[in-house]
Amino acid sequence: MSETAQQDRVRPWRFADWFVRHGRMLVIGLPMLWLMIFFLAPFFVVFKISVSELAIARPPYLPLTSWEDGKLILTLNLGNFQYLIEDSLYVSSYLTSIRIAFFSTIFALLLGYPMAYVIARSTGHRRNILLMLVMLPFWTSFLLRVYAWIGILKANGVINNFLMWTGVIDSPIVMMQTDFATYVGIVYTYLPFMILPLYANLAKLDTTLLEASSDLGARPLTTFLTITLPLSIPGIVAGSMLVFIPAIGEFVVPTLLGGPDTLMIGRVLWSEFFNNRDWPVASAVAMAMLVLLVLPVMWLRRAQSQQEAG
Amino acid sequence: MKKLLMISAAVAAATLSSAKADDEVLNIYNWSDYIAEDTLEKFTEATGIKVVYDVYDSNEVLEAKLLAGRSGYDLVVPTSEYLERQIKADIYMPLDKSKLPNLKNMDAGLMANASSYDANNEHSVIYMWGTTGIGYNVDMVKERLGDDFEVNSWNLIFDPEVVSKLADCGVTLLDAPNDMMSTALNYMGLDPNSSNKEDLAKAADLMKAVRPHIRYFNSSQYINDLANGDICVAVGYSGDVFQAADRASEADNGVTVDYLIPKEGALQWFDFMAIPSDASNPNSAHKFINFVMDAQITADITNYVWYASANTAALPLIDAEIVESPGIFPPDEIKEKLWTVRTRSARDDRAVTRLWTEIKTGH
Repeated sequence: MSETAQQDRVRPWRFADWFVRHGRMLVIGLPMLWLMIFFLAPFFVVFKISVSELAIARPPYLPLTSWEDGKLILTLNLGNFQYLIEDSLYVSSYLTSIRIAFFSTIFALLLGYPMAYVIARSTGHRRNILLMLVMLPFWTSFLLRVYAWIGILKANGVINNFLMWTGVIDSPIVMMQTDFATYVGIVYTYLPFMILPLYANLAKLDTTLLEASSDLGARPLTTFLTITLPLSIPGIVAGSMLVFIPAIGEFVVPTLLGGPDTLMIGRVLWSEFFNNRDWPVASAVAMAMLVLLVLPVMWLRRAQSQQEAG
Repeated sequence: MKKLLMISAAVAAATLSSAKADDEVLNIYNWSDYIAEDTLEKFTEATGIKVVYDVYDSNEVLEAKLLAGRSGYDLVVPTSEYLERQIKADIYMPLDKSKLPNLKNMDAGLMANASSYDANNEHSVIYMWGTTGIGYNVDMVKERLGDDFEVNSWNLIFDPEVVSKLADCGVTLLDAPNDMMSTALNYMGLDPNSSNKEDLAKAADLMKAVRPHIRYFNSSQYINDLANGDICVAVGYSGDVFQAADRASEADNGVTVDYLIPKEGALQWFDFMAIPSDASNPNSAHKFINFVMDAQITADITNYVWYASANTAALPLIDAEIVESPGIFPPDEIKEKLWTVRTRSARDDRAVTRLWTEIKTGH
């Protein structure tokens, strides 16, 4: 006993030992540090601006603290938040954003589920090719892909030209600058984020359960509804959140494809920041949006931990 | 290998020295499609100053960068009322006029007009100027309104009866609340700079009445769409519309685009060259401003971008086609009807933006 202790003491310092002892802290610490610098710090900057007062200056808001007669004065201007409640514009654009994000998520799920299912059920080479096809669009800039949709949807675009050429329609269908185009753009953009978590989930599915089900005489549809679907709920939740959350704040798609009456919170924020030069109110809109997004994320976390516990 | 090392050492030395010396580089931030193809090349040839050139397509984007500070730009090109507000926010340095001998070339009358934004032209020199009028597809409009209809008025945009006939071929407005509201105010015979609540509400009502016939609100997309015949009437900036006309005639696609300053007049704006107070190469920037004021250089730019210069010496060097175009260099009787917009207070700005959102979205 004492001999081994002796040995321990003289053993040279080794990184592996040190890592085992402190690794946990390191592994958690680095991402924490990352979050502190790139999430918390900007968050506080935005929060600070959201309670400051507008000014014609550089930067265009007044500092929170001032020094007067030996007194440090802290001014918090909550009027920016009050403004969000007083004018119905903000509430209704939040609601529109949620509505568009919600239906986009549903469409993405309806499209993405069968695709993820097929990929998960195919094997080897074929599966790799299919996965590759899902990820391939990421190699092109997102902005370019949205621009490509303009070429497809516009009055002189691919679809209208084809339909006119075949004689199905006489005059072009107006698709650009409509809610329809916004949905197409958002569903198209975020579809991979729905497919990939669903695929990861479905690929892990224990196929012996499906065999057992069919041995016991269940039709394929019953098997799907009672086994595959319930087991894939974590994938559905993860995919839906990955689509829903960024879709709420989406700015590029509604700006390029949507109509002028597509009122989404991202655009309202833009006009506060750029048209009104009102950084304080713009920051207040961003803070409110953040709170709105944190709630579904917390709900997701709870659903997931319940899933794991159950 | 040794040679390679020497070259890289030389390159490193060159980069170091250029970063150090005040005069070696110039960072310009200008509007897109707003300079002749060879201007920068000629400038570098003449002065040895390397230019880093970057572009934007809205005053708002420029302003956000300037307001945030340390933009890294040595020379920017803001428009009238934006310049006025930015000077109030203390963003620009006063120009050293001893370094700008070519100021003698500038049109005294236009520079005097411009001093309403920048007292004594202390911080800025006019780069180009233009108007906000109507770009239209000549044939499509004639087809819908008839041969007898005289295309000469803002009723093309603001009279619901006229617009409704044009809606099917596409009518678009600028997504620029100030330009559009002041034009609407002027059409109703009100002060185009009014911040009076009732006046603004009347202008908003006028716009709401034609809103159902408007295809979209955008400040750059109409250039391509006019040229391709995707839309037939657009409120637009003079030079942009001429660019659309040019593209259409080059493409030979049967589309004829024309620009109109309506009989009620149009908004006149100026774009200014100015130097941010935190610029790191103010000397280079002064040299560039002086270079642009050279008669031949300005004439080259106008010949390329079809916007009017405010340079008297350049006039004889500008293509006859451009000088004689009433849409670019309007004759005196039209000039009298042009108006300019001024900066509003933050509160009035917010009111205008809010009305604009209401017009666009119905909320």
